[in-house]
Amino acid sequence: MQFDTPATTNPIDRLKVIGRPIPRIDGQLKTTGRAMYAYEWHDSNVRCAYGYPLGAAIAKGRIKSMDISAAKKAPGVLAVVTALDAGKRKKGKYNTANLFGGDEVQHYHQAIAVVVAETFEQARAASVLIKVAYTEEKGSFDLKAAMDTAVKPESEQPDSAVGDFEGAFRAAPVVLDETYTTPDQSHSMMEPHASIAAWDGDELTVWTSSQMIDWWRSDLATTLDMDKEKIHLMSPFIGGGFGGKLFLRADAVLAAFGARAAKRPVKVALPRPFLVNNTTHRPATLQRIRIGAERNGKITAIAHESGSGDLPGGGPETAVMQTRLLYAGANRMTAMLLATLDLPEGNAMRAPGEAPGLMALEIAIDEIAERVGIDPVQFRIINDTQVDPEKPERPFSHRDLIGCLKLGAERFGWEGQGRPGSRREGSWLIGTGVAAAFRNNLVMPSGAKVRLDGEGVVTVETDMTDIGTGSYTIIAQTAAEMMGVTIDRVSVHLGDSRFPVSAGSGGQFGANSATSGVYAACVKLREAITQKLGFNSDDVVFENGEVRSGNRSLPLAEAVGPHGLVGEDTMKWGDLSKTHQQSTFGAHFVEVGVDVDTGESRIRRMLAVCAAGRILNPITARSQVIGAMTMGVGAALSEELAVDTRRGYFVNHDLAGYEVPVHADIPHQEVIFMDETDPMSSPMKAKGVGELGLCGVAAAIANAIYNATGVRIRHYPITLDKLIGGLPEVT
Amino acid sequence: MHPTQLEISRRDLLISSAATVAAIGIAGGAAAQASRNEMAYTTKLTFTVNEEGRELDVDNRTTLLDALREHLHLTGTKKGCDHGQCGACTVIIDGRRINSCLTLAIMHEGDAITTIEGLGKPDDLHPMQAAFVKHDGFQCGYCTPGQICSSVAMLAEIQANIPSHVTDNLNAEVAITPVEIRERMSGNICRCGAYSNIVDAIIEVAGTKA
Repeated sequence: MQFDTPATTNPIDRLKVIGRPIPRIDGQLKTTGRAMYAYEWHDSNVRCAYGYPLGAAIAKGRIKSMDISAAKKAPGVLAVVTALDAGKRKKGKYNTANLFGGDEVQHYHQAIAVVVAETFEQARAASVLIKVAYTEEKGSFDLKAAMDTAVKPESEQPDSAVGDFEGAFRAAPVVLDETYTTPDQSHSMMEPHASIAAWDGDELTVWTSSQMIDWWRSDLATTLDMDKEKIHLMSPFIGGGFGGKLFLRADAVLAAFGARAAKRPVKVALPRPFLVNNTTHRPATLQRIRIGAERNGKITAIAHESGSGDLPGGGPETAVMQTRLLYAGANRMTAMLLATLDLPEGNAMRAPGEAPGLMALEIAIDEIAERVGIDPVQFRIINDTQVDPEKPERPFSHRDLIGCLKLGAERFGWEGQGRPGSRREGSWLIGTGVAAAFRNNLVMPSGAKVRLDGEGVVTVETDMTDIGTGSYTIIAQTAAEMMGVTIDRVSVHLGDSRFPVSAGSGGQFGANSATSGVYAACVKLREAITQKLGFNSDDVVFENGEVRSGNRSLPLAEAVGPHGLVGEDTMKWGDLSKTHQQSTFGAHFVEVGVDVDTGESRIRRMLAVCAAGRILNPITARSQVIGAMTMGVGAALSEELAVDTRRGYFVNHDLAGYEVPVHADIPHQEVIFMDETDPMSSPMKAKGVGELGLCGVAAAIANAIYNATGVRIRHYPITLDKLIGGLPEVT
Repeated sequence: MHPTQLEISRRDLLISSAATVAAIGIAGGAAAQASRNEMAYTTKLTFTVNEEGRELDVDNRTTLLDALREHLHLTGTKKGCDHGQCGACTVIIDGRRINSCLTLAIMHEGDAITTIEGLGKPDDLHPMQAAFVKHDGFQCGYCTPGQICSSVAMLAEIQANIPSHVTDNLNAEVAITPVEIRERMSGNICRCGAYSNIVDAIIEVAGTKA
């Protein structure tokens, strides 16, 4: 099915199942420990061997030699495969750094060997017996220093410019010109990357933890130099990804090599201290924002420049993108620079680009609003735009940022915001902050197969993944709505490369795209049923477990017959996303307390108001948003990968050193969804929400801390050492 | 845990761990070679898991977590970090919660261990499991078994009047408040960020009990 005209009324609009707060259909499995993740597949007839990885101990250079003699002789060891044995491999399409193979070391903890043994303990013990000699090369590890030789990235459009920014900025009566920094961040999902690989002749079966089944399958085939069709990949449950499992990782490659060498199925999990430097991270940014405004608060000039670094062949953190679309202003420019760094690969993490971009932009907006002397909520409303500011002939499909700001202000009790540093309760300085949320709505082709059997059970198969987002549930809701059955009559099977290729989970495109694919397959199935019965397709209705046309009706089970019927299709997208800018919007409101003695910041209240099209399931959508708000708290207050600029690696590479929020950091969170649909987006009229929830959160917190203390911090995370010098004298 | 069966003080343990680290650092290869003949690598072990007696012959280095997951295939208990930073491996031993990755299997001879599989089944959920489903106290589900085991034992700790860092008055009964719950649950990380819902689930269960 091709979606190239705005959706009209369709069976989804009945909202008998879609849009309802239905608890997750996989909830019983997950809460009882029965959901099986990648490393957990087992069969009593098959004894897996254990693979343990070894990572490079240098950041850049060559492996001179590897002595594996002691490791091979260690108890229980079945095989040792080194990067030299594997040889240089063809790199997968989506990776920047090589995952395994060859003598080149591109970053610290790049996988250079896997030891396979009968037990985990034996493999781990033997891995430290490998002796490696390196030729170390000088690397570039300091982003600020590397910016001197940074270049324009090769992406489609690294720069944008409309009007005369420089002239308008010079002429503006109120201006802001500030620099902001965001640090390298880690996905730190709870389930480490893990894979089990089993060979049967030249065919390979892999249980893994992947957000994107087809990308992984293709890139694994490339890396192993084999036919993609001979790989069967499964990832039915994923213990979190946040972008860290978008692209093939070393565990799958090492398991495949290990299994071939040991002639046994092999399981490999990346040890937690390996994750940060072996896999990907969100790159740090240096950002400069300039804004010129009239005294009435209208922005006349806005510029956003961002620099980031990556390995050779990598890309920039696109932190300027939202600034091209979020606020009006006739004179504008954005620019990006990319430096070469020999740190581990920088790549997508939840809301790539927008998340760090808004961390800076939404502080800048708070600052210019204060300089103009207009309330920050009002300032954002004044500068709203209903068209793409760079191409005014191109409207937004639907944009209700103003609605989010107004409703949020009302529910949060925004009017009480006082002057910076004016509110105090005991030793707590109290402040409130606001920020806009913005994230583009992407769509991806997505396929599904839907079968209705002789028992009246609807079975959906698609290689879509559920990374905690609720895919199982909203896909079941979609099929139930389309086929007119209750959700308990729907069975959903995901994350298997034997199923039709779907959107996968990323870029907040998963929910809208994958359910649209299921919609398309259900349309095919409805047509097949209608045709089989010879019903009139114009008035056919699927409802209450029956198919009805005029005065004829039949239970679905009977309609399809004992052999059942199948519908399969892929949703493809026309150019509505080009003619219309499709984005999601929100407003974050936060109240913080800052301890006047220590500078410790605590979150007291959080509210998010989101405008993201139709909400398919308010329970799972709300969870996406509160989870994103929580990640935003980490970004604001604690998360920072510390770079050792001498040795070239991230030092705090575990969950004790890299501080993600814990229970004690998070208060009760409120989320409100605007009641809206976007017929330009898809037949579901939904958009993404999982990344929107993160966008702007950290800036709202930064603004609240400023309001509490009068101290403006532009460098994340806002730790107490950055605040304490500016706090009032303790009496 | 039964301290009598492994008489070793915390101080001794620290000293011997340090020595082990040093030995590997200096001559790991030789040590491994020598010990192959001289030292038993495995120990026979009997304990109860989810009210079922189990016998195992495990590598002395096997954590309780890996004994559960890799030997007994009780994979509900999760390995998130393998060194006590995340809480995904939380199980209940004789009523108290413990990070099963930070304790060796052979230290649990005779112990009664409850894992997530023992709390309830998909068609017969423990009240805490049901409350997590109702309040959507999870997303990816990987930290969830640990959160649930921790919640159940944590409420028992409050009922036993064990104070926490945020307990104001040590002379009064500990109250079940969101602040107490958040403090006591902070050893269980949820990167999906379901904390707000998890606390709602725990409060509902605590309220039903009271």
